[in-house]
Amino acid sequence: MGKTLTEKILGRKAGKDVQAGEVITVSPDYVLSHDNSAAIIQEFRKLGVEKVKAPEKIVIVLDHIVPASEEKYAQNHKSIREFVAEQGIPHFFDINAGICHQVLPEQGFALPGKVIVGSDSHTPSYGALGAFATGIGRTETACTWATDEIWLRVPETMRIDLSGRFRAGVFAKDLSLKIIGDHGAEMANYKAVEFAGPAAGDISVGSRLTLANMSAEMGAKNGYFAPDAKTLKWLEGRARGPFVAASSDPDARFESVLAYDLGLLEPQVACPHTVDNVKPIGAVAGKPVNQVLIGTCTNGRLEDLEAAAAIFRGRKVHSGVRVLVIPASWEVYRGALESGALAVLVDAGCVILNSGCGPCLGAHEGLMAAGEVCLSTSNRNFQGRMGHRDSEIYLASPATAAATAVAGKIADPREFA
Amino acid sequence: MSQGKVWKYGDNVNTDVIFPGRYTYQIMPPEEMAKHAMEDLDPEFAGSVRAGDVVVAGKNFGCGSSREQAAACLKAAGVQAVVAKSFARIYFRNAINLGLAVLACDEAVDLLEKGDAVDIDFAGDEIRSPKGTFRFLPLPASVIGILEAGGLLEYTKKKLEKE
Repeated sequence: MGKTLTEKILGRKAGKDVQAGEVITVSPDYVLSHDNSAAIIQEFRKLGVEKVKAPEKIVIVLDHIVPASEEKYAQNHKSIREFVAEQGIPHFFDINAGICHQVLPEQGFALPGKVIVGSDSHTPSYGALGAFATGIGRTETACTWATDEIWLRVPETMRIDLSGRFRAGVFAKDLSLKIIGDHGAEMANYKAVEFAGPAAGDISVGSRLTLANMSAEMGAKNGYFAPDAKTLKWLEGRARGPFVAASSDPDARFESVLAYDLGLLEPQVACPHTVDNVKPIGAVAGKPVNQVLIGTCTNGRLEDLEAAAAIFRGRKVHSGVRVLVIPASWEVYRGALESGALAVLVDAGCVILNSGCGPCLGAHEGLMAAGEVCLSTSNRNFQGRMGHRDSEIYLASPATAAATAVAGKIADPREFA
Repeated sequence: MSQGKVWKYGDNVNTDVIFPGRYTYQIMPPEEMAKHAMEDLDPEFAGSVRAGDVVVAGKNFGCGSSREQAAACLKAAGVQAVVAKSFARIYFRNAINLGLAVLACDEAVDLLEKGDAVDIDFAGDEIRSPKGTFRFLPLPASVIGILEAGGLLEYTKKKLEKE
């Protein structure tokens, strides 16, 4: 019997042959945390050890509330900076780097075959590059700092075979929403999701990051693409060290297999208040919005800002709408400056914010009042997530977001070609 | 064994409604977290929940973010267990790591209603109520050690002391 990518990576780490269902203890390659490091430090102090066991494995990125919007967040950031200095943690990214899930790939931590755990639920993003990556809690992050090990159950794998090509106006985000809408928010709970099939190789690394990121909304433990030539090319000049890639064997055991023809998809929208409440664009077009958010770890990459700019070019944001644009990282920010995309967005009337999570998690930068509606390119539309509990969030692609911003109501990007 | 009342909710109860994002990056003691428990799902909950009460919900309880406060706030509010059809994986880990019992039992979820009195017998893997006695799936052996130690911090502390 062959092995899945996940079984191979975790088996290598455990130093034995492993299969789905087994519980193993591994020493991860990297442990990610962000602004919540302040809370993790407090837990770590309770363990009675002076030093973290493997400082070179800890990666801390400040991204959730950057720059600090209130004194208490400033205090959190300060305590994190002090801890980083005290413990000699070499991989620290301050408020001028970007969202952790963009920074770790760009900075060459997210590599094929690596095991990465992170105190953030969208840690599975790094599967886009062939890593095993999964989200954990604060207490276990603190314990992993102290022990350099963590228990993991080897997950079963669901494979999603992709064929065909996206039509104009349809993107990876639409695919992810369609899958979640069809199968529900717990479709892959505790499982690995492999994106495969003849079209997988055509999908850009940016879009793979979107899909792996959204696997968290399927409930997945990890979501991934097998590393290929595209992966290796993207990693040139980025990889921090050697890596050994893994892929699923042809006779690996998959718990289930789904199939999607990209050519049959149309733009999708997740309606309030769950990510699996998904409708085709035609069913929700015309709904007035107050705010549009383009960015986040799901859709804040250069290809996303360019897809939005293609629609904003020569057009203006509708008078009743506020548009917030957040490049996912400084590399993306710089790329969008050079490509001219940012100038198009600014000319159209968008507000450009510092790279970070922005209002996605409801802590700062553009929260909503009661009764307001936002169309966002982010990954969650839970009640009250971006402000008042009586506000509403719709999720869609950057192109649908831009079309909506121009129209003042939810709109089909294919009508703005 | 201890007795409490049922608080009943539906499928996909997410971490944002259990513990809203506007508080997630504020560091606060557990008793303060308890005041915001279920704030965006059931404003009545935090003021009326009593020690020993049980949260009963459908599929995928705790889906969404990795925020540990979504487990900590219920524990601090006195909730003795969450009984659901299934749990989102990070929530399951967080609950175990903090010593909050998370029990999977379809039948109990189908029959129990808000306000029902329940006893949970952890040693016997049973939930008892006037509506019937329900067996829940015993927790995996791999995590019982963590629960027995009183959570992952205590478990890890003991392990580090031995080294």
